Amino acid sequence: MEYLLEVKDINYAYHNMDGETKALEHISFSMKEGDFLAIVGPSGCGKSTLLHLIAGLLEPEKGLILLNGKYLRGSATNIGYMLQKDELLEWRTVYHNVLLGLEIQHSMAARAKEKARELLDIYGLDQFASSRPSELSGGMRQRAALVRTLVLEPDLLLLDEPFSALDYQTRLNVGDDIGQIIRKEKKSAILVTHDLAEAISLADRVIVLTARPATILQTIPITFQEPDLTPLKRRGAPEFKSYFNLIWKELNPNE
Amino acid sequence: MNELSQGQIYYLNKQRRRKKIVRFSRAAILLGFLFLWEFTANTGIIDSFIFSSPSRIALCLRDMILDGSIFLHIGVTLYETLLSFALVIILSLIIAILLWFSPGLSEVLDPYLVILNSLPKSALAPLLIVWLGANKTTIIVAGMSVAIFGSILNLYANFVTVDPDKLTLIYTLHGNRFHALTKVVIPSCIPAIISTMKVNIGLCLVGVVIGEFIGGREGLGYMIIYGSQVFKLDLLILSICILCFIALGLYGIISAVEKYCLKKR
Repeated sequence: MEYLLEVKDINYAYHNMDGETKALEHISFSMKEGDFLAIVGPSGCGKSTLLHLIAGLLEPEKGLILLNGKYLRGSATNIGYMLQKDELLEWRTVYHNVLLGLEIQHSMAARAKEKARELLDIYGLDQFASSRPSELSGGMRQRAALVRTLVLEPDLLLLDEPFSALDYQTRLNVGDDIGQIIRKEKKSAILVTHDLAEAISLADRVIVLTARPATILQTIPITFQEPDLTPLKRRGAPEFKSYFNLIWKELNPNE
Repeated sequence: MNELSQGQIYYLNKQRRRKKIVRFSRAAILLGFLFLWEFTANTGIIDSFIFSSPSRIALCLRDMILDGSIFLHIGVTLYETLLSFALVIILSLIIAILLWFSPGLSEVLDPYLVILNSLPKSALAPLLIVWLGANKTTIIVAGMSVAIFGSILNLYANFVTVDPDKLTLIYTLHGNRFHALTKVVIPSCIPAIISTMKVNIGLCLVGVVIGEFIGGREGLGYMIIYGSQVFKLDLLILSICILCFIALGLYGIISAVEKYCLKKR
């Protein structure tokens, strides 16, 4: 029961009539509870596929995924997934969007609803609980999507480039915001991104993938001298630049 | 209320005047047509035995109201249309949902649905009479046959074009395909379902009238056929006019439902 997540020698390929596209080969890593892992790599290298496999949306062709030592299918470990776009449903109010997961899992207890209200309150969305998603700004929408994921009290959060649809300014703010929320809730998380700076500012460890078929190129632990820096403050810390250059060189060895 | 600017007042007046002209022109066309018809029929320019005339139609309507027969015919046609419409909506929703659940089934059935949809349904009516007899069942089935295949194809096409990312969302929240259907596919297809209903109500009326032509003993389709056989053109044209109003009314009801549903969303 030492690891929250163990990924052992995963292979995955997409198939169609023209042939197969190998997406992932021999991917192995593990993480403990409370870890914040970032996965970076060239675009289209299979990063999202990896998250889909961990979330159980896809079955690996080879290899094992263990959650708290149990197989993915039988495990009671709750996985929360945040998609690239917020995917809020326009025909529901913000509050009812947040409740969507609870509705599906038939856990609409009064306590869960209260928790939803509380989270909306904490993240500054309480005034918009009965608004339509279209009335919210991009950053607020993304926060609503996070609340929707957090109400389910996931043990592991998967973040699939959750900030990439936002403009740069909002992206920094929301990244900072959501990074702090995840730290405060003491969630374990895996962030997939092609933005190196984002990965370094948020994670404890960065896994660098190669181009397709993706294999693990390097795992880089991220530590800052000053503890508990917010994601935005990390960007200003002296170590930031050296980590950036290190990972940049891993991804572009010929330069 | 805020003080309106000169420009806004000018604009509003212009729009109001435009609307008035449109409304007036519409009424003028109808009244002009009726007047011309009545006038030419009375002066013998057209043969009022063949072309009837507004006053003859009005008299015919009055007689039928007095003996109550008009209500029977309208009632029967409305009943048959609404019943076949309800059955079309229910059946086509169920079948489209089944096809959505099973891509294999939809792939297998696709050519059959396409053929059945493009088949002229009036060709089926004589067959239905032989199979089901000259009764209301036949007429209702005839009404359904016109609308149902197009309705299934249309609904299914809308179901499968729902944003796949929204479906992924449901799966990431640990939902299954049933949840995807009830939480995303159906709610996002409400506008499409209503616009399919708008088309279907008219098609059902067409089918029901075709059915009444050959298998009815009452109803507006029967009135048309009877009128042409005994050369009572007043009766025939009256039926057509009433069909116009029914079509308009049914479409209006669905439009009202649409407005209500879209406002509620």
